[in-house]
Amino acid sequence: MSLTTASTPVLNDPRNRPAGEFAVSCKNVKKTYSTGGTKVYALRGVDLSVPVGELMMLVGPSGCGKTTLISVVAGILDRDEDPEDGGECIVFGQDFSKMSASQKTRFRGQTVGFVFQQFNLLPALTAAQNVAVPLLINGVPRSVAFKKATELLGRVGLGDRATSLPKNLSGGQQQRVAIARALVHDPKLIVCDEPTSALDHQTGHVVMSLLKDVAMGEGRTLVIVTHDARIFGFADRIATMDDGRIVKTIVGREAIAAEGTH
Amino acid sequence: MNFVALRMLMGDKAKYLGIIFGITFASLLMTQQLAIFVGLMCRTFGFVTDTPQADVWVMDPKVQFIDDLKPLQDTMLYRVRGVEGVDWALPLYKGLLKARLDNGSFQTCNVIGVDDATLIGGPPEMVPGQGSIADLRRADSVIVDETGANGKLARPAPVDPVTGKPSGPSIPLQVGDYLELNDHRAVVVGICRVSRTFQSQPVIYTTYNRAIVFAPRERRLMTFVLVKAKPGIDTADLCGRIQKATGLAAYKARDFSVLTYTYFMKYTGIPINFGIAVALGFIVGTVIAGQTFYNFTLDNLKQFGALKAMGTSNWRLLGMIVLQAVVVGLIGYGLGVGLASLFGLLSGRSELAFRLVWQIPAATAVAVTVICVIASLLSIWKVMRLEPAIVFKG
Repeated sequence: MSLTTASTPVLNDPRNRPAGEFAVSCKNVKKTYSTGGTKVYALRGVDLSVPVGELMMLVGPSGCGKTTLISVVAGILDRDEDPEDGGECIVFGQDFSKMSASQKTRFRGQTVGFVFQQFNLLPALTAAQNVAVPLLINGVPRSVAFKKATELLGRVGLGDRATSLPKNLSGGQQQRVAIARALVHDPKLIVCDEPTSALDHQTGHVVMSLLKDVAMGEGRTLVIVTHDARIFGFADRIATMDDGRIVKTIVGREAIAAEGTH
Repeated sequence: MNFVALRMLMGDKAKYLGIIFGITFASLLMTQQLAIFVGLMCRTFGFVTDTPQADVWVMDPKVQFIDDLKPLQDTMLYRVRGVEGVDWALPLYKGLLKARLDNGSFQTCNVIGVDDATLIGGPPEMVPGQGSIADLRRADSVIVDETGANGKLARPAPVDPVTGKPSGPSIPLQVGDYLELNDHRAVVVGICRVSRTFQSQPVIYTTYNRAIVFAPRERRLMTFVLVKAKPGIDTADLCGRIQKATGLAAYKARDFSVLTYTYFMKYTGIPINFGIAVALGFIVGTVIAGQTFYNFTLDNLKQFGALKAMGTSNWRLLGMIVLQAVVVGLIGYGLGVGLASLFGLLSGRSELAFRLVWQIPAATAVAVTVICVIASLLSIWKVMRLEPAIVFKG
């Protein structure tokens, strides 16, 4: 991982790696919002590189730009709405700025998995049907999609809840369904927004262990936005953001130490 | 993804039923009101369709519709018969006469006098076992329509001496009963079924010569001349020849029907009143369905955002919304038209005018399509503009 604005020395500095090994490579990313005639500078020139296979956490106070950055990295936020927006963001060799909206949509569908803070499961679909959605989006036949979704639910420990509706699942179970949904189409990058904030400490740990084991075990890259210091220990690296910039990065063992202080 | 769209739609049962209710209501109201409107309009020229033997109707040129009675001189009958291409021409009397009822009150009736020899122009259908058209050849005979016999011409039940009120329901007029038409005695020899008249007056058939006896004395009494064209003669040409030769108006049966309902369309407030009801059905249906469908979309905005983030294209989302609109549209339309048909079926023998011609469900289908398009456009607009990053907002 490389955070060029970081002041802390990092181990295994990804800046020394060949460019092809980076899952995410953002340079001088700027993003502004206009609210009621006032400009808000959400990202003030962020440089961020995440090597393939790394679990990186983005932390920082509310409004510091974490969610905006993860949205840019996931390709769900246009960066060129304002003349001051700019920079470059390359994900697995694809430059978002050179892709059309439909290309970005297709790229997201195939390459990115999402885990949301509020799970965002479709309430009318069963757990298995929810998990199958990314496959259906990619045109996989329904029967194949449901079969694979059911298998994956088994891997996250919910094999017996495949036909349950989200309203009948606990928060932890819903997040495990969401994780299965994020993994079902074998994406290379998984972005998670506060995946444990709606869960208690123990369930949060279970969910993170699951993410780390199931997702990372297959060589995927994870970028997680979180406030939850209790899960810092799962990170390979942690980038701290403030006022639209990355102000500090620490590596995994420092993160574990940081977790201990919380 | 169609599967997902349908599950999303039907998952929220309250809104799903709300949208269907809106479309069903609109569909029902539009179909029912249009069917009643068409039924009423058909009543205006029911007498023409009940007299299918005539190809051409000849009348005073100033006649504007079928009940606009402007009698002709009897001699006009012979002039019409003299026109080339006429196979036969027969007189027809149509007038409003007062019938005196047993209780002393009067009831205005539509009296039809048909040709004495051929009885052409007579009732289209007799009630089984209630006489025949040929019975009109008996002295003082009349045939009364079933609705009139059971309703406005029915005899009141005897008065109960204790309560001073009728002791039971009215007694229908029957074969063998007597009527008093303009101070003339008439004997009921049959009960017939006819198309309802616009004013819902009882219809009484008799022969032409007897009808002009019943009618008040006037110099001119023949209302129409019914004409049959010779085989191979074009009726439109024949109408032109009759007009030229006699100076009278001559219409093909269909054109006379058109003339009649056009008059009602033009000079009565009926189309406006029904038009308002239909428009209200359309507007209320659009508002209910549109608002509920839009609310449904708003409630599912995060889900749509999540689908968009996960790689669902705008076109796919548009297709999902269109599918949802089509499904609720079809169900609502089917229920609405079905209920309207049921309503028509149940009111078949009542006073209510209800005629469901194929053009009405077709027009309702177009209106329901417009409702669904309007309802879904709001949702499509919202979802198309939706930033998928909404999923990361708490």
